[in-house]
Amino acid sequence: MTFSQAILNGDRLALARLLTKVENNSEEGRSALMELFPHTGKAHLIGVTGAPGTGKSSLVNQLALHYRKHEDKRVAIVAVDPSSPFTGGAVLGDRVRMRDLSGDPNVFIRSMASRGSLGGLAQATANVVQVFDAAGFDIIIVETVGAGQSEVDIARLAHTTLVVEAPGLGDDIQAIKAGILEIADILVVNKADRPGVENTEKALKTMLELAHPTERVFQHHGTYMGMSAPKKNPNAKMWIPPIQRTVSTEGNGIPELADAIAKHVEHLRSSGDWALRERTRLEVELEALIRNGLMNRFREDIPAERYEETLEAVVQRKVSPWEAATALLNGRSK
Amino acid sequence: MTEKKIRVLVAKPGLDGHDRGAKVIARALRDAGMEVIYTGLRQTPEMIAEAALQEDVDVVGLSVLSGAHMALTPRVMELLRANGQSHVKVFLGGIIPDEDLHRLMEMGVAGVYGPGASTEDIIRDIKTAVAA
Ligand code: B12
Ligand SMILES: Nc1nc2c(ncn2[C@@H]2O[C@H](COP(=O)(O)OP(=O)(O)OP(=O)(O)O)[C@@H](O)[C@H]2O)c(=O)[nH]1
Ligand SMILES: [Mg+2]
Repeated sequence: MTFSQAILNGDRLALARLLTKVENNSEEGRSALMELFPHTGKAHLIGVTGAPGTGKSSLVNQLALHYRKHEDKRVAIVAVDPSSPFTGGAVLGDRVRMRDLSGDPNVFIRSMASRGSLGGLAQATANVVQVFDAAGFDIIIVETVGAGQSEVDIARLAHTTLVVEAPGLGDDIQAIKAGILEIADILVVNKADRPGVENTEKALKTMLELAHPTERVFQHHGTYMGMSAPKKNPNAKMWIPPIQRTVSTEGNGIPELADAIAKHVEHLRSSGDWALRERTRLEVELEALIRNGLMNRFREDIPAERYEETLEAVVQRKVSPWEAATALLNGRSK
Repeated sequence: MTEKKIRVLVAKPGLDGHDRGAKVIARALRDAGMEVIYTGLRQTPEMIAEAALQEDVDVVGLSVLSGAHMALTPRVMELLRANGQSHVKVFLGGIIPDEDLHRLMEMGVAGVYGPGASTEDIIRDIKTAVAA
């Protein structure tokens, strides 16, 4: 039986092994991804991001428990932690907070090292998510690296992005990272049992009020905004990110958070944003593949010496990068 | 490009709370370029085998300082086999009396280490075992 068949049949060992192959970007992994692709597009992807130690893993643990107990959904979790830039190794510790989920065959937790990627996810995270989607998990929760330099990656990947804050990390507006409002669909103030919740919440509210409500769909600056592009419902109300308090060590506020997530899904469906996000995500993926493919083809066509010579001419300021690029591109299939 | 990393699950089975050794090992293996999944304290053999499966690890490292290693180790190995993971190498560290060594090796444990064991030796042994 092939990998993809085994996975569609619910074989957990095959699933685990394919995840490794996909993570390693192996030939076998890529061909299984191709076979599995028609089975994707069903899961709800929830992203969880926020500063280190705010309680992301604990929150994921509680959310997953909630979906298991109250909605009987199959839940996959992808937890990304940073790789050491010096050795390439990593300690992946998010499972420590997810022990409540063990023993449940409808939960699958996978830890991933970022492997040099800076956006808070690993390069292969999107592909790993596709495998879980095809394997029939209804909800896929992705926990990002705490110190992601730009959390836009997760907002592009997920349908619903939770940004987790906690009291005591410096509660003034400056301390709350600029830009999170652009990616947060829901703001979570975790550790609400700690003193200072009110301050954190107030700071977030102020930020929300200062920000003009903006369209939260990542419009892609693609050239082909074709006629088949899904249309936004013009009557849809703007989504204003709600602020939810939680205590993830106890589970307080989790049902309310799950409610807010469900409302967000409803909003995405009724506004047309769901389809728009799907399209944007796939377009970004397609473009990246084309870019890689073109680059590889170009490298094959151009003799290495010619490339080196041109580069050297640029380094010596004899030719500008623009002229050099044009010359190389024109001389491509000479 | 295919990038192959050694993936290791470092687990503390049983009830003892001595976690310094496990953390030292986790960090040493990271510094040797491995990806280490750390599960934390008080793991049952079932939890360990489940995590080993989900994470598709090459190695399971158990740290036991409570004296319960002769019960916990074979149980973990049995579950790994039952899950189709008999290829996973099992390493053991902690307070392990010499008289147990022979039986542990017979069970198929790939390496046993006590207080003061050098992390360099451990790293070398893991790399050798995984390559084999
Ligand atoms: C520090 C310590 C504690 C600390 C633990 C702090 C912590 N968070 O870890 C505290 C004070 C809490 C503690 C408490 C107790 N302790 Co104590 N403790 C020790 C002590 C002195 C050192 C352990 C240590 O941290 N060593 C440093 C680390 C780096 O070394 P290591 O764990 O051995 O790891 C090395 C190797 O074993 C190996 N290794 C370890 N794990 C792994 C895993 C893998 C995969 C690999 C490859 C290698 C490997 O590599 C490491 C590097 O060399 C030992 C005595 C000793 N000399 O070992 C007693 C000792 C372990 N404790 C003991 C006891 C009895 C207790 C208590 C029950 C005491 C009591 N009556 O209250 C409690 C129980 C606590 C509990 N909840 O389980 C006994 C255990 C007896 C036994 N097993 O037969 C010991 C041996 C002392 C003794 N001689 O009696 N303890
Ligand atoms: N008091 C309190 N502590 C919490 C709460 N949620 C999490 N914690 C604690 O905060 C610490 C960090 O929790 P994690 O869930 O590991 O946080 P994280 O954001 O996943 O951390 P990284 O993955 O390392 O960035 C742990 O000690 C948790 O027990 C909470 O609601 N209240
Ligand atoms: Mg975490």
